[in-house]
Amino acid sequence: MAENLETAVKQICRKNGNDRTRMMDIVREVQDRFGQVSSQAMNTIARAVNSHRVEVESVVSFYSFLSEEPKGKFVIRLCNDIIDKMQGVEKVAEAFREELGIDFGESTSDGKFTLEWTPCIGMCDQAPAALVNNKVVTRLSSDSAREIVKSLKQNGDEDHLMHMLGDGNNADPLVNSMVNNNIRERGPVVFADLEPGTAIHKALSMSAVEVIKDVKTARLRGRGGAGFPTGMKWEFTRAASGSDKVVICNADEGEPGTFKDRTILTEKPDLLFEGMTIAGYAIGARTGVLYLRGEYAYLRPFLERILAQRRNKNLLGMSILGKAGFDFDIRIQMGAGAYVCGEETALISSCEGLRGDPKNRPPFPAQKGYLTLPTSVNNVETFCCVARILDKGAGWFAEMGSAGSTGTKLLSISGDCTRPGVYELEFGITVSEMLEKAGAENAYAVQVGGPSGQLIGEADFHRKICYDDVATGGAVMIFNRDRNPLEIAHEFMEFFCEESCGYCTPCRVGNELLKQRLEAIIAGKGTPEDLDYLEQLGKTVAVASRCGLGQTSSNPVRTSLKNFRGEYEKLVRENSDGMQRTFDIHKALAAGEDLQGRKSVIYAD
Amino acid sequence: MAKPKIATASLAGCFGCHMSLLDIDDRILKLVELVDFDKSPVDDIKKFTGRCAVGLIEGGCCNEENVHNLQYFRENCDILISVGECAIMGGIPAMRNNIPLKECLDEAYLNGPTVYNPSGKIPGDKELPLILDRVYPCHEVVKMDYHLPGCPPPADLLWQALVALLENKPMDLPYEVIKYD
Repeated sequence: MAENLETAVKQICRKNGNDRTRMMDIVREVQDRFGQVSSQAMNTIARAVNSHRVEVESVVSFYSFLSEEPKGKFVIRLCNDIIDKMQGVEKVAEAFREELGIDFGESTSDGKFTLEWTPCIGMCDQAPAALVNNKVVTRLSSDSAREIVKSLKQNGDEDHLMHMLGDGNNADPLVNSMVNNNIRERGPVVFADLEPGTAIHKALSMSAVEVIKDVKTARLRGRGGAGFPTGMKWEFTRAASGSDKVVICNADEGEPGTFKDRTILTEKPDLLFEGMTIAGYAIGARTGVLYLRGEYAYLRPFLERILAQRRNKNLLGMSILGKAGFDFDIRIQMGAGAYVCGEETALISSCEGLRGDPKNRPPFPAQKGYLTLPTSVNNVETFCCVARILDKGAGWFAEMGSAGSTGTKLLSISGDCTRPGVYELEFGITVSEMLEKAGAENAYAVQVGGPSGQLIGEADFHRKICYDDVATGGAVMIFNRDRNPLEIAHEFMEFFCEESCGYCTPCRVGNELLKQRLEAIIAGKGTPEDLDYLEQLGKTVAVASRCGLGQTSSNPVRTSLKNFRGEYEKLVRENSDGMQRTFDIHKALAAGEDLQGRKSVIYAD
Repeated sequence: MAKPKIATASLAGCFGCHMSLLDIDDRILKLVELVDFDKSPVDDIKKFTGRCAVGLIEGGCCNEENVHNLQYFRENCDILISVGECAIMGGIPAMRNNIPLKECLDEAYLNGPTVYNPSGKIPGDKELPLILDRVYPCHEVVKMDYHLPGCPPPADLLWQALVALLENKPMDLPYEVIKYD
């Protein structure tokens, strides 16, 4: 057995060229095959790729889909983001617990099942949802949870769970998924049709500089949320020294409440790859990488087929469409469950086979990115816009939307509304228009842009969705009057505490302190000074953190405090005697009384 | 008008901060002109004789007596100041906070290599204050108005802070008295 492991692991390493920068692929494959990356496997990998054991272990310990300890044959990861909780995930959880006889974080003694919680898996429009190994199961109830366990026990594989397939390409045999697209509104940019190759063909009739100029004329800005001008990023990358350059597509949409890229990857992968190829031409890259979040692994075989089809049509590969010297290909890099990898420098680390630690900037990826090569990292939706701009023209694109935010934006809407799903809407639409479309009549609070965005109330519903007003990467979560803004903020702080990579203190410690103070306030133990404390500490975390995660992680607290201050003020009261209500002497003494064998005399009551 | 009164206490500290207070040298004569000392180890007054303007607290809370004392100070002082690292963050005593209490006490009274304890029991005499589950910085137990950092805070810092507070003037804090490396 031990020899088998060694041989198999060595073979996996060899398949990946014994290349330490492909560590993610190696450890993922070992995990899939053996249900763990054991200590012995890590030693073997380190030797095979000429690395150090500690480097392998740093990767295995970082990503939540990898583990040194053995996992069950079926790993059930139930999504516990706020939307799933609102849709009753706790009942589903209870059914799994009962059916399997284990709690979350545990495995059954026969090694068949492991039960885990996981943050957002991109299915908020069909919550509660879970991953069973790589397969997604949606709209769960306590009944369906029991059936899932029964079916897995009977059939011994997760494919049998998909008796009802989703719409569109979800029913493709290579996707074979029960996920529904829920595309509610199709716009002219992302969800319109495009014959593969037409946009590339047009791009190739221009010079690379002209292509960049087109993207700039269209005033395209990054769709991931930050809104950096795409043309400018490409210009920097093109101008950076070095002959070899890289295009990376960030398909790691881990922001809770975001699932727009899921629909693009399912329904419009050609448009995406077309855009990536055009980017390759524009910046002079030979290498393209699609960084696909681990949760979307079920889409990988399908995406690989699309890539193969494009290679056959000479839309990828050498001398694309006969253009001598334009060689470009795309590989898929799988993630393994780490939210921080959506941050572009952390994503690059992950592609390089390292922990998903953010890197210091400068140098920016455009100067020194993937394997120190100049790299442009763009969002899935951004590439789709590029392809459309080249096909329809920059002027056509720039006419849509508002002055500072041209084109359309995909919004993934979930929560308390009757029509959750993906909407392609022109920039400049107001929040209330958007709410009406989604069927949210009683919206009290709206989280725009996911946890790292802002929680807004009715006073802001007249504002516009665009980069200059209410900016968003696409996530919109709607909450009605039954929801408490403090609880919402607390949910998101728990998420950030969990997902912080721990590298820098403001983020690692600051978020924890924010969360604790918020808990004290929710428990009715807060004072008015605590609100100032939250504001000040929130600002410190935002200013002093190293990467985008920490710089935005205090937003749930800061924006809920700003827009729902009344809710906070209802809960806090003056501390007139100066004694902290959060301090419980009896709780603090319980252990001591037990060990020292007597009760307190001073605090006898 | 009567002089304002100040009180001091050393909770889970080493008395280093009190030593630092004595380090103000001959200014102690001026201090005595400015204030009267109430409850304090300096004059060994055990109970407050009346309301105090300022209470200086050294050390955090590691046992019930510390908590009781600190609450007593809060009730009797207008302004409470955490003096030094232990009061502000727990300091050296808080190093035990990452170790379960049972392990700490077992090592100290039962299993340590130099322990002689034929009774095999962790001391529980009622003269000994009960220990808390962890060491708490003062501001987690009662509201603290100011914090004077340092290990110990330099005499000049304590002096400047006290005088400024008593004379109701802004503090003059040159870089030298608040740098600690």
